[in-house]
Amino acid sequence: MSTGVSNLADLSGGQRLAIKYFIGAMVLFLAQILFGILAGLQFVYPELLYNVLDFNVNRMVHINAMIIWLLFGFIGSVYWLIEDEAGTELVGLKLANLNFWILSSAVAVVVVVYLFVQVGPGTVASIWLINEGREYIEAPRWADIGIVVCVLIFFYNVAATFMKGRWSGISGVLVLDLIALAGIYLAGTFYSTNISIDQYWWWWVIHLWVEATWEVLVGCIMAWGLIKTLGTSRHIVTTWLYIEVAMMLGAGILGLGHHYFWIGTPEYWLGIGGFFSALEPIPLVAMVVHAVYDAGRHGFRSSNHPALAWFIAHAFGNFFGAGVWGFMHTLPQINLYTHGTQWTSSHGHLAFFGAYATINIAMIYMVLQKWRGNVRMSGQLVDRGWKWKWSLALLNVGVLGMTMALLIAGYEQSFIERAAGGSTWSAYFEAQSHPWFVQAMVWRNFFGYITGIGVVLLFWDFLTIGRGERIVAQRPEVGELQTREGLLRPEA
Amino acid sequence: MDRQAPWWASESVWRKTAIWVTAIMLVVLIFLTFDTVAKITAGGSRVPDYSVINQRIYYRMQQPRGYQIPMIGNSAPLFGQHLSEEEAEALVTLGKLTVQAKNCMNCHTLLGNGAYYAPDLTKSWLDPGWIAESVREQLMTDFLMDPTANARTFGTDRRMPHLGITETEARGVIAFLKWMSSIDTNGFPAEFSAIRQEGDL
Repeated sequence: MSTGVSNLADLSGGQRLAIKYFIGAMVLFLAQILFGILAGLQFVYPELLYNVLDFNVNRMVHINAMIIWLLFGFIGSVYWLIEDEAGTELVGLKLANLNFWILSSAVAVVVVVYLFVQVGPGTVASIWLINEGREYIEAPRWADIGIVVCVLIFFYNVAATFMKGRWSGISGVLVLDLIALAGIYLAGTFYSTNISIDQYWWWWVIHLWVEATWEVLVGCIMAWGLIKTLGTSRHIVTTWLYIEVAMMLGAGILGLGHHYFWIGTPEYWLGIGGFFSALEPIPLVAMVVHAVYDAGRHGFRSSNHPALAWFIAHAFGNFFGAGVWGFMHTLPQINLYTHGTQWTSSHGHLAFFGAYATINIAMIYMVLQKWRGNVRMSGQLVDRGWKWKWSLALLNVGVLGMTMALLIAGYEQSFIERAAGGSTWSAYFEAQSHPWFVQAMVWRNFFGYITGIGVVLLFWDFLTIGRGERIVAQRPEVGELQTREGLLRPEA
Repeated sequence: MDRQAPWWASESVWRKTAIWVTAIMLVVLIFLTFDTVAKITAGGSRVPDYSVINQRIYYRMQQPRGYQIPMIGNSAPLFGQHLSEEEAEALVTLGKLTVQAKNCMNCHTLLGNGAYYAPDLTKSWLDPGWIAESVREQLMTDFLMDPTANARTFGTDRRMPHLGITETEARGVIAFLKWMSSIDTNGFPAEFSAIRQEGDL
């Protein structure tokens, strides 16, 4: 193994497969940003690409690229950590590689159809072949079936590997979570004329993914990441993982009710949804405490500074984006006025970035460290690590800036369109053309460009970090603690 | 690390807690799902039959709930044709399929869900922007079939794109919108002021 040089031969089959998923994820991340910028521009210049590449297409690609890159990142993360966690080689590597190419080709075909066919006639065939027209799960039905098959293959790889190797608390939670993640997707794969029934099940997929199963999945990745970067003891991270799962699913499963306020569902959801979703931030606070406490306890001595920084960004981003921003408009008395305005968009941007983009980026830094020959990525990097530091800053400032701009637009809409204007079409357009709204959209675009620059810098860093570095990483020892008396090493 | 953790901080207690809490919440959710699905099935207590498109729909304040809900009025067949329940369902189905196939939800919101680039469609059938009952159906049809020429931008530059909606599809979409406006949405959207219809005070 040569330090500071990228060498795939140093990596195992599962790790090489993980890298493929991360590369796919980064391509889609870039697509997400580009189509997001286009859609943002159309708010300010509505004539831009009118009747050519309309807002609905750009916005669909923007959010779908995001969902798929995050999923690719999660799958990559699991393939990366599985052999280490199970203590054996990945079972079914050939099938897993084939699965990657099938999944990636399917994604490419779906996107090409989105961009060049865009819409179809009002028939069942359009939903099967072109676009299902349901936000976030627009993928046509044939792709739904493909996704389920691919996820089942992924599940087989994961479960069989742990069965062959060893089980742990982390892998137990992970495998059960993957069953739930795949099963819940099925709730979004049938057609209903009844929009209330349609949205009832649609939220099972959207909410129970992003506010339940995805959160548990990143909890598992975080637990493994903290063991690796800080040397936190397995006993501590596993206990925390169980606490997080108990609180996350205890609040999050019935927290689903906050999507059932206004879709025709009975009034009891106002109470149930309001109460349980108000509890949803609690596990996110626990995750922050856990991550920051552990990092402090180990004196921030980590084997991989960029990864640790992004893990911490994840803990805070998850808490603020999903927790605080979600809580701000989750009570029905407020949500009646904010539902379906830019409030949701503000929450969506900070939550998806804070909870999920961050942890995937952290995992990529973990991967790069090993790929470049277990190179040192702590302090005193060759170029003082300016690229990772600046991209971290630009991405966080960019997304926070967009979040604040959209929040202002959301406030303005709630007051002018809803409370004062009576929620009519005329009130909608009055709010959309109000200077406060227009200024917010201009600022959103500005911070969108900042985010875009951050992404470019991040990719540059991915391509260069650790290259030419000759020093090997110091792995933190498990159980090593920073105390007042100095560094306490575990007894051999 | 070798100190014995108190029982409430032990791994096994939290593992069991996680399993039990998840199981209990799932059981409650499944129970509520059965109850809710029964109530939101078309013809249930909150979502009317599709043949409601044969009647006038009002949006009126209801006490003691303290917000507006849809009220089903007298006969007012859509496009002047009284439809059976099956015919109405077929027309609304065509409309719903068109709404999905044209990707309406990535500009508009339906029941408040979707994108925020275009107005909410929940009560769009009742929107005062359609001026009067006598011209509403025609205005909606013309707009859907050629939104570029018949743009309704309310003084902005934001126009709906041309989506190739046929006259039959447009009628289906309008039937779907009329039916959707009859769903009891617990007062969403807030403070809505509906179009004046026959029978309004």
